[in-house]
Amino acid sequence: MQRRTTRWLVVGALAAAGALTLSACGSGFSSGSSTSGTGGLTSSKKALTVLIGSSGDAETKAVNSAVADWTKSSGTKATVSVASDLNQQLAQGFSAGKPADVFYLSTDALAGYASNGSLLAYGDQLKNKSDFYPSLVKSFTFDGKFYCAPKDFSTLALEINTDMWKAAGLTDADIPKTWDDLATVAKKLTTPQHVGLGIGGEYARIAAFMTQAGGNLMNADSTKATANSDANIKALDYVKTLIADGSLKYAKDLGAGWGGEAFGKGLAAMTIEGNWITGAMTNDYPNVKYTIAELPTGPAGKGTMQFTNCWGIAADSPNQAAALKLVEKLTSSSDQLAFSKAFGPMPSIKSAAATWKKDNPLLVPFLKGADYAKGVPTAKGAADVVTDFNSKIESLATGDPKTILDATQKNLEALVK
Amino acid sequence: MTATTRRPSRSGIRGGEALSGYLFTAPMLLLLGLFLVVPVLMALWVSFSDWSGRGSPLSGDVHFVGLNNYSALLTGGGLAEQDFGTALKNNAWYVVLVVPLQTALSLFLAVLVNRQILKGRGFFRTAFYFPSVTSSVAITVLWLFLFNSTGAVNKLLSFIGVKGPNWFNDPDGIIHNFFGLFGVKTGPAVLTGNTALGVSWWDWLGGPSVAMTAFVLLAVFTTSGTFMLLFIAGLQSLGGDVTEAAMMDGANGWQRFWKVTLPQLRPTLFTVLTLGLIGCWQVFDQIYTGTKGGPGKTTLTPAFLSYQSAFNNQQWGQGAAIAFILFMIIVFFTLVQRWVLAERKVSKRRMRGYEIPPSGTPVAAPTQPGRDKEGQR
Repeated sequence: MQRRTTRWLVVGALAAAGALTLSACGSGFSSGSSTSGTGGLTSSKKALTVLIGSSGDAETKAVNSAVADWTKSSGTKATVSVASDLNQQLAQGFSAGKPADVFYLSTDALAGYASNGSLLAYGDQLKNKSDFYPSLVKSFTFDGKFYCAPKDFSTLALEINTDMWKAAGLTDADIPKTWDDLATVAKKLTTPQHVGLGIGGEYARIAAFMTQAGGNLMNADSTKATANSDANIKALDYVKTLIADGSLKYAKDLGAGWGGEAFGKGLAAMTIEGNWITGAMTNDYPNVKYTIAELPTGPAGKGTMQFTNCWGIAADSPNQAAALKLVEKLTSSSDQLAFSKAFGPMPSIKSAAATWKKDNPLLVPFLKGADYAKGVPTAKGAADVVTDFNSKIESLATGDPKTILDATQKNLEALVK
Repeated sequence: MTATTRRPSRSGIRGGEALSGYLFTAPMLLLLGLFLVVPVLMALWVSFSDWSGRGSPLSGDVHFVGLNNYSALLTGGGLAEQDFGTALKNNAWYVVLVVPLQTALSLFLAVLVNRQILKGRGFFRTAFYFPSVTSSVAITVLWLFLFNSTGAVNKLLSFIGVKGPNWFNDPDGIIHNFFGLFGVKTGPAVLTGNTALGVSWWDWLGGPSVAMTAFVLLAVFTTSGTFMLLFIAGLQSLGGDVTEAAMMDGANGWQRFWKVTLPQLRPTLFTVLTLGLIGCWQVFDQIYTGTKGGPGKTTLTPAFLSYQSAFNNQQWGQGAAIAFILFMIIVFFTLVQRWVLAERKVSKRRMRGYEIPPSGTPVAAPTQPGRDKEGQR
């Protein structure tokens, strides 16, 4: 009996050793990259890989053609691949030591990858650095370093179904300017067939009211938790009264996946969404007539949320110098305007604003929001807290705003300790 | 086996047998080692380390942090513990509902389609088995449509005058809802004030959310076909003689099933319960394609939480730790089940019912069956 056990141990050890040897052949692990080149950047003749999380064919095509143009002018080869699950594919690349050179990176993921050293903090080496909107630069600054170039951005605005608007006897003069205005028109627009205001029941929409009241979950640098501030309580109280009035409903409760769907299907007369809604409306609900307005002013002035992604460059990339050049081209005015035309987001640089406004006169309210928009918290682990907050805010109708915000405050404080 | 190993290896014609045996199994051992043993050992290491997801977990920058990852989940007091507690709560309810339901349903279906007189048995077997061969992603998507707030299920419910819930968006626990019918909206202070793993006792007892209940139905629907197949195989391997003997003794169909057929199916039952238990604790793809843990985290499961904390939040140590805690939970429950289903000697009290009454007391004989029934109740 004992003899058999020892034999099995030997066999197991042999198998494990053999397997380890094999896995070592696979390379990937512990490969040191040689850092030499201009400005501390690596440079080599290697082709670049660009990993994107695409919203659809239009986006894939636009990025592909922009990258192909760059390859033609620079002579460095670059291939674009579309991730089906961007976070997962990025994580695999980083752990294998062979990440994509250039990739989309969300504000949530920045802190995690920046703190484990996966990202190259190249922001200060960008030629067009001063052209980016400062609030976007702040979103991609971690530990005082500007990590990556914002690739574009979106803000929230109020979308109004014009047919329902007219049916309720409202005119252009009634477009809500204040919270009270919004409550009034939402009530007027509520009928048995549709609700006045249908929004996604999540932080990313409701926070617009928080910013209008002068609050947000964290301060602008995401270094201090401000979740249970009076401003935030005021904002949630306001939303709660709208829900109690029956003039505001979450998209989920209307049987829609998001605000745009509820709006397009005619379940809500107004919604609060970002500029991505225009694509959905043209493709899925071409017959719905609507107009876009800036969000109403709250007790502390104007406020909206902004959402953005950046072009991340991997610290393990063997050709960072070329990657930086590629990003400079992809964030240039001409490329960003082309992207905007293809799939909707707004250019992240100020110099493209005038042209963009001229090209998209109806969407101007979105870009106006850039002046007063606030970002989502970017502290490491903040995305989890936001998810937790979302789960609580789903039951805001019966919950207590202060209790919800206190719990979130506690969770956020744990992150910045 | 023992006879061959005891023999000195060099002597005789069979000397090389052991070597060639290892040689033949070597490819499989290597493959298993490479794709199973090594990854598992590495994950075990990651669960004790501060690996952040960059480069190899075996490189010099990664440090041993002891039980930090485990304690963050079990006693941390923060969001990690709360999430883990919520995930365990959700999954425990899922297991409690799915395992008995799917076992009962699959056994029922197996007995039905195993009957000799049933016409078109082949058709029914295929029909019942069909959900099991369909991809779980496809079925989940189908489920999302069926259980939409304006979907087919709610339409059906509306015909009988019931206003269906907004299934996949309803975070309310069904037991809480049941209490709500009687006006009980908040639990007693004993339950709401005390917490286990960051989740209050009142919430632990809240039952699965309406959304999770839809997943329970999904699991029962998809897996009962597979287990029906196991039960059919079990039923067909039973000899007819015991059943016949029971018939001669006057047992009716109900008694034959409970007293004769089911006890003989014990090994199959063990297999089905164990596989069901393991599958239920590992539920992932339905959650990943369906709700991603929402609404209100009520469909979050440990398997999905492990994935989420590793891939989305770069908490690789915690992700791996969750996986190993889950492993221990599964092993624990499997052992408990084995113990419960173990063959035991029939107790003396029960045995008395089957004994032949001692001779010389023929008067007591007629009362014996009656007493027997009472004893069993």
